[in-house]
Amino acid sequence: MSNFWTSLRGKHAADRERGSEGMENPGYCSGSFDGLHHPSDDDDDEMVDIAGATLDFSSTDDVPPLSSGVYEEHNGTSRTAGMNGSGPSRLVDPLEDPLPGVGTYEDFNTIDWVREKSKDRDRHREITNKSRQSTVALLHSISDAFSGWLLMLLVGLMSGALAGGIDISAHWMTDVKGGLCLRGFWFNHEHCCWLSNETTFQERDRCPQWQSWAELITGKSEGPFAYIVNYLMYIFWALMFSFLAVILVRAFAPYACGSGIPEIKTILSGFIIRGYLGKWTLIIKTITLVLAVSSGLSLGKEGPLVHVACCCANILCHLFTKYRKNEAKRREVLSAAAAVGVSVAFGAPIGGVLFSLEEVSYYFPLKTLWRSFFAALVAAFTLRSINPFGNSRLVLFYVEFHTPWHLVELAPFILLGIFGGLWGALFIKANIAWCRLRKTTCLGHYPVIEVLVVAALTALLSYPNSYTRMSGSELISELFNDCSLLDSSQLCGYKQPANTSDTGVDNSLADRPAGPGLYTALWQLALALVFKMMITVITFGMKVPSGLFIPSMAVGAIAGRLLGVGMEQLAYYNHDSVIFKGWCSQGADCITPGLYAMVGAAACLGGVTRMTVSLVVIMFELTGGLEYIVPLMAATMTSKWVADAFGREGIYEAHIRLNGYPFLEPKEEFEHSSLAVDVMRPRRMDPALAVLTQEGMTVGEVESLVESTHFSGFPVVVSSESQRLVGFVLRRDLLISIDNARKRQDGIVSASQVVFTEHTPPLPPDAPPPLRLRCIMDLSPFTVTDHTPMDITVDIFRKLGLRQCLVTHNGRLLGIITKKDILKHMAQMANRDPDSILFN
Amino acid sequence: MKWVFFIEALFLACFVLLSQVTAKNSEDIRCKCICPPYREVEGQIYKQNVSLKDCNCLHVVDPMPVDGKDVEAYCLRCECKYEERSSGTIKFTIIMYLSILGLLLLYMVYLTLLEPMLKRRLFGHSQLIQSDDEVGDQQPFANAHNVLSRSHSRSNVLNKVEHAQQRWRRQVQEQRKSVFDRHVVLS
Repeated sequence: MSNFWTSLRGKHAADRERGSEGMENPGYCSGSFDGLHHPSDDDDDEMVDIAGATLDFSSTDDVPPLSSGVYEEHNGTSRTAGMNGSGPSRLVDPLEDPLPGVGTYEDFNTIDWVREKSKDRDRHREITNKSRQSTVALLHSISDAFSGWLLMLLVGLMSGALAGGIDISAHWMTDVKGGLCLRGFWFNHEHCCWLSNETTFQERDRCPQWQSWAELITGKSEGPFAYIVNYLMYIFWALMFSFLAVILVRAFAPYACGSGIPEIKTILSGFIIRGYLGKWTLIIKTITLVLAVSSGLSLGKEGPLVHVACCCANILCHLFTKYRKNEAKRREVLSAAAAVGVSVAFGAPIGGVLFSLEEVSYYFPLKTLWRSFFAALVAAFTLRSINPFGNSRLVLFYVEFHTPWHLVELAPFILLGIFGGLWGALFIKANIAWCRLRKTTCLGHYPVIEVLVVAALTALLSYPNSYTRMSGSELISELFNDCSLLDSSQLCGYKQPANTSDTGVDNSLADRPAGPGLYTALWQLALALVFKMMITVITFGMKVPSGLFIPSMAVGAIAGRLLGVGMEQLAYYNHDSVIFKGWCSQGADCITPGLYAMVGAAACLGGVTRMTVSLVVIMFELTGGLEYIVPLMAATMTSKWVADAFGREGIYEAHIRLNGYPFLEPKEEFEHSSLAVDVMRPRRMDPALAVLTQEGMTVGEVESLVESTHFSGFPVVVSSESQRLVGFVLRRDLLISIDNARKRQDGIVSASQVVFTEHTPPLPPDAPPPLRLRCIMDLSPFTVTDHTPMDITVDIFRKLGLRQCLVTHNGRLLGIITKKDILKHMAQMANRDPDSILFN
Repeated sequence: MKWVFFIEALFLACFVLLSQVTAKNSEDIRCKCICPPYREVEGQIYKQNVSLKDCNCLHVVDPMPVDGKDVEAYCLRCECKYEERSSGTIKFTIIMYLSILGLLLLYMVYLTLLEPMLKRRLFGHSQLIQSDDEVGDQQPFANAHNVLSRSHSRSNVLNKVEHAQQRWRRQVQEQRKSVFDRHVVLS
């Protein structure tokens, strides 16, 4: 039965292909349409297919046939196109694929940057050549050159709009846990009391229009019963939101869980995870991110926003042929999209660009730098015009203070850096251990229950403490805030000096002794610190969208604020001591606890992610104060040094390693003295390398060779005796071509010869026609000799983005090194399990 | 290329629609003055619906809690901020978000509960089991239809949609397997 359907489908597919070729403008794009209907084409999100097909149809209408007479070549038996443009017999226009599916990659494979880049160069050269011939072609070349910027504009607009939506919805949903607005259910607490004059100086957001759940249900707003009702409702909503988040992720897009940055890093280095940046992932990640953030779990929206922006970029890439067809070009766009993500998450466009450069990107040419700059600008502008917080700022915790700091204060800043580094190292170790537990034990079989338990625990423990009850960004904003006369929060509960009214007209205040309110706040903060540190470890990595920036910043901000208040009190009571004498006399405002919170936040974030430059720029863009760059730099650098002493990898690299992704770390150095011959396959005991000969093998032989092995590529040699290298053929291309030839080309049977040479060798007269496959062969594979030191080979792999490299000895083919071999070798050298590298 | 223009037009339309929805509501501006405690006067927050040029203490603080000679001193301490929001955008976003969430939940319920039931009623048990066997293959009915009624453009579109849906569901299943069961990626 199954066979019948397959054959019917095959026949139908062939029919349709022939039909479409007949209908189409002869000579152009006959391949690409078929390609979209191939069962295993290269769309990241296969649902896009329908749109893609229509897209291709319409695009062919606009563009005139660029070359006439290709049609005959194309349909004839002599398909000859140099893969790298190096073949002298290039007849087919590189704008079209010689065959559908050739040159694409399978899921969980690594792309070959060299091949992709040379493909794009060929394409570009062709367009430039054509553009001299006619005006339409010239226009086409202009639009082609312009498409990159247009794409950036669209990415910026889309991600900016999505980020605005996420901000507004998350803010509202977070407040829904506490109550509802009667003026219109869509208003959050602050906007509900927008013009209300019932608010008081102490309780700024209190107005009759906003009703807590206790007031709505029982009618009472005070008393233990109301507290219990509110508590229960808080837990209920937290559970509800997290349940919805995890169930939606599970049902529609499992790839939407987690932070996404480790995977994006890997994808940018050339890995392929189909569907990871697809439409459904985008929708589900956007929707569930809001749910997860507002459920009160200890997670942030920054990392997932990077993923969301990359999804936008990938989806929009489908609109442009240039980016749809070329994996390397698409990765340039994704690099820029990562910048957009951070730009909208922190309202820091330049910080976003630097983040992309320092943390996520693998290949970042200057062109990408300018494009990310532009895209980040557009996104920040879009977000600003949406104005999600109603304060004309892009982030909730924007701060603005300009009190100067003194050189002596560098000591506590460095102390904060040490704390951040220790916390970062500890967090990475603990989180990785927990995630490994989840990966290997039965804990991983209950993702929904896990999320629910953690959410219940978080809600239960965080409600009684007002500093954990509020959302992460609100907490950070409160901690960053400087206590002026205008503030009435508990954190500013200093004892009022008697002569308040006679202090200066500006609202900054001199250092004051702590009052009972502040002491309460301090121990609450201390409890919140312990709680956040614990809960973040088990929260990050759960199967809901979860970012790490906000929780680690919150931890740092709490620690910094505590230290800041401590310093302030120390200065107040010891203003005559040696340390404080010169600069902090009585009645002066010399220590700003908010600045300490900021430095602490930067230090902790730096310890966890090991960012330096981008982090300082992000923090500086958040505050808008140039004078705090030095404290931030000192703290970040210290935290990186301290954290690096305990383990060299940041949280994202650690997660990449945990999952065994094929990621060749550009920061790490290879310092062993091994040679290429030690790493290459086959090893000494193994059977010889599976090779194809350039002539003399039949289709049947080739097929059985491919079937009997699982390698993803085969070197082509002159003959099996001489082992002289000709080129390299990928398994996927080979299979697709043979399959296609059997269906479409007459006379191709198992006995037909497979020919990789330029000219067909003389065949006996009764032999079936040969199958010419030179067009799918890579004529310029990279080779090294067997005595090349591995550090050079690793460098070649890293810098050129190679996927495999052939090893020769005296000009004879000896073996092959793939990226996976290198990673395994490196794992072995570092005393790790080499089998942890799972993918090609 | 047409598609690009189409998308652009869509963006433009969205933008126009949004600006229609978010047309300035008179309630959407405020001037918020925070006045700290001053002598025996308590700290107070004043909010007024005034334009940017009137956003200062003298216009907003009403009634003035201090006498004429102290007004200047009092007002110097107050901090007035002009703030704008767009209640239309907020309303649009929240309602849109909730409706998408609702649709997704409905679709999820449909896929997990209703569809298997409907299928069972339509095709009977045997068909269901068979199509389960052929998970690796295309969905049989879609293809039969496809071959038989290729001239029928409408059913063709429907088939394409169903075909795409099947493929998508298989993909999600695959993802679920690798993320939740085998823990190969994203753990």
